[in-house]
Amino acid sequence: MTDPMRHLLSIDDLDRAGIERILDRAASFAEVAGREIKKVPALRGRTVVNLFYEASTRTSSSFELAAKRLSADVVSIRAATSSVTKGESLKDTVQTLTAYDPAAIVIRSPHAGAAQLVARWTDAAVVNAGDGKHEHPTQALLDVYTLRRRLGALDGKRIWIVGDVLHSRVARSDVLAFARMGAHVTVSGPPTLIPRGIEALGCEVAPTLDRLEEADVVYVLRMQNERMSEAYVPSLREYAARYQVNAARLRPHQLLMHPGPVNRGVELSADAIDSPQALIAQQVEAGVVVRMAVLYELLAGAGTAPAIEAVPEAVAAA
Amino acid sequence: MSVRRLFHAPAEPADLLIRGAHVLDPRVEIDEPLDVLVVRGRIREFGDPGTVPIDESIEVVAGEGLHLFPGFFDPHVHLRTPGQEHKETLATGTAAAAAGGYCGIVAMPNTAPTLDSAPLLRALCAQAERDARVPVGFMPAITRGLQGEELAEMAELRDAGALGFTDDGKPVVAAGMLRRALQYQRLCGGVLALHEEDPSLSGHGVMHEGAVSARLGMAGIPSISESTMVARDAAIAAYEQGRVHFQHLSCVESVEALAAWKAAGAQVSGEASPHHLTLTDEAVLSLDSRFKMNPPLRSEADRQALIAGLRDGTIECIATDHAPHAQHEKEVPFEEAPMGVTGLETAFPVLYTDLVLPGVLPLGLVVERMTAGAALLDLPTPAIAVEHPANLVLLDLDASWEVGARGYASKSANSCFEGRTLRGVVRMTVAAGAVVHRAEAPAEVLT
Repeated sequence: MTDPMRHLLSIDDLDRAGIERILDRAASFAEVAGREIKKVPALRGRTVVNLFYEASTRTSSSFELAAKRLSADVVSIRAATSSVTKGESLKDTVQTLTAYDPAAIVIRSPHAGAAQLVARWTDAAVVNAGDGKHEHPTQALLDVYTLRRRLGALDGKRIWIVGDVLHSRVARSDVLAFARMGAHVTVSGPPTLIPRGIEALGCEVAPTLDRLEEADVVYVLRMQNERMSEAYVPSLREYAARYQVNAARLRPHQLLMHPGPVNRGVELSADAIDSPQALIAQQVEAGVVVRMAVLYELLAGAGTAPAIEAVPEAVAAA
Repeated sequence: MSVRRLFHAPAEPADLLIRGAHVLDPRVEIDEPLDVLVVRGRIREFGDPGTVPIDESIEVVAGEGLHLFPGFFDPHVHLRTPGQEHKETLATGTAAAAAGGYCGIVAMPNTAPTLDSAPLLRALCAQAERDARVPVGFMPAITRGLQGEELAEMAELRDAGALGFTDDGKPVVAAGMLRRALQYQRLCGGVLALHEEDPSLSGHGVMHEGAVSARLGMAGIPSISESTMVARDAAIAAYEQGRVHFQHLSCVESVEALAAWKAAGAQVSGEASPHHLTLTDEAVLSLDSRFKMNPPLRSEADRQALIAGLRDGTIECIATDHAPHAQHEKEVPFEEAPMGVTGLETAFPVLYTDLVLPGVLPLGLVVERMTAGAALLDLPTPAIAVEHPANLVLLDLDASWEVGARGYASKSANSCFEGRTLRGVVRMTVAAGAVVHRAEAPAEVLT
């Protein structure tokens, strides 16, 4: 990487070396997470704004925690309790927040490209925490991080992404990130939920799970109830019969992932979720350190040594 | 009694000698440097450079090194009046037309309220007689309120000056409703211009369905949502021996359907827009809402099919679908932005730069297609011929300009070509005999 990264809007902002650098730093932050005092002073005195236009539990809380562990001041804004509900435009909201001189704005939006727009309107570094059905780059980074910890390199690994690919930003970012790390990616699901032209992202399409056994990793997507009323699938029952990943379909060597929240009994069976093959809890755990690494990369600068020495206790207590 | 169907503000008829410009009118097979004399708004005579005598009352315009074409005609623009004057007015929309070299444009009825009644049409025509810099024709709605449920009072609207009818912005979804309109056309005349889109296929789509929409995770509008309706409605028009015009065609399958029904003898015609002829859905990767319009930018194969259709005449004319939107309306995430781009001020320069200069289409053919829309609406074709009203555009094809650098004559700035450097600067536009636009040209060009 030549220029330091300004924003993280898409996995396309990162080459393989950039992904590895962020994940290596995340691993060093994981050591901090094991200490009693989990804070480092890297972003002391700087402000991180979390602007969430969609309901989110794990993404918003992990960004908040990540910023706090880097000693940043954090402002979290949720659409339901802000002037957004009074009809304020995204641009006006961003310009208002920019008055606080934030170092970074983390944005989650139901619309593709929202993070790009925010980046155009502010001098702050912008992190895309999910834009519509487009991308969720930090989820993809934490997924790669989780797999690297378990498997080492992803080169040559076969990863199947199963379910509602059409409506999944996680699927898009994961296909790009997994492929960039050398994995062979296959997407599978009902033909109504596989977008026409998805192969151009660098994946294969399998209409059934008949060849699932070839996978080293099975990454299952969330199946939302409203897809039935929209006639994408006839019933959740039929969906589960064809595409649910359960103990019967899972081979012992396979790792299981899911971005959460899980619909138990729909896309995943309880026995699969609770099996030792499942990395779902590890994914959540990875969220904080990977997001710390992303904020560090953007705000504390690439190439500098990780500032992982713990905050002196007096400061941490202050 | 003939009904007036074009309306504009009164203007002083021009007395002009355009000296030595390269005159190109492919229909009358003129393609050479000439002097063109306009007296009291009519073309009086033309002759070899320096041979046309004039008196002192005639303004001489130095045309050496410039090109003179018949004025362009656009059968498809949105002037947003009444009700959305924050996007465009009759004055600003026709100023944009004049700046683009147009001598006539046709306004669509998806206004607020919908243009679907004779009193409203008469009021608009009267307003155009005050505010319109170039002649404007109006196409009221086929169905009341564009709802697709009841016919507008087509016969009364025709008597009040309607050029034809359209529900543009929306399709006539029910085949039976379109059939009734075509039956009624036998009574009142007027072409039916159709925006073709099957909403059960286009759904909530915001861009072309393909690899780019898959990459961006945005809902796609498949090509078949247009082409199946083109095929259906051509069949209905043929059955009723009616006349329909397909607006803003965007894909291979539509061009094929149009060609097949023409070969079968149906009275069908088509238009294509400069943006569909020069851009593809790859532009949407920028997530810039200036590339959002309906129909959407499609694939390279679709673009090539439109060019081929334009070349072989399957597609008769170029129409901009000039669709102005205010900045704050477009400065939102792509999926939230309204459909539409402006086009009047860039149409010829973008086609010249991207299709004529690289040798894809001959200049004469582009000029022909830029003027052919008038005849499809039973209006006289702008022509450079003696005793015809002067409808002319004088261009410098060697000069370049940056789109948007000096603002726009349109009230809106949502051009998908903003920032592009284009060849071809309109120096002067003469519409219905009056000078309606003069570029403040750099001195070296006019001397």
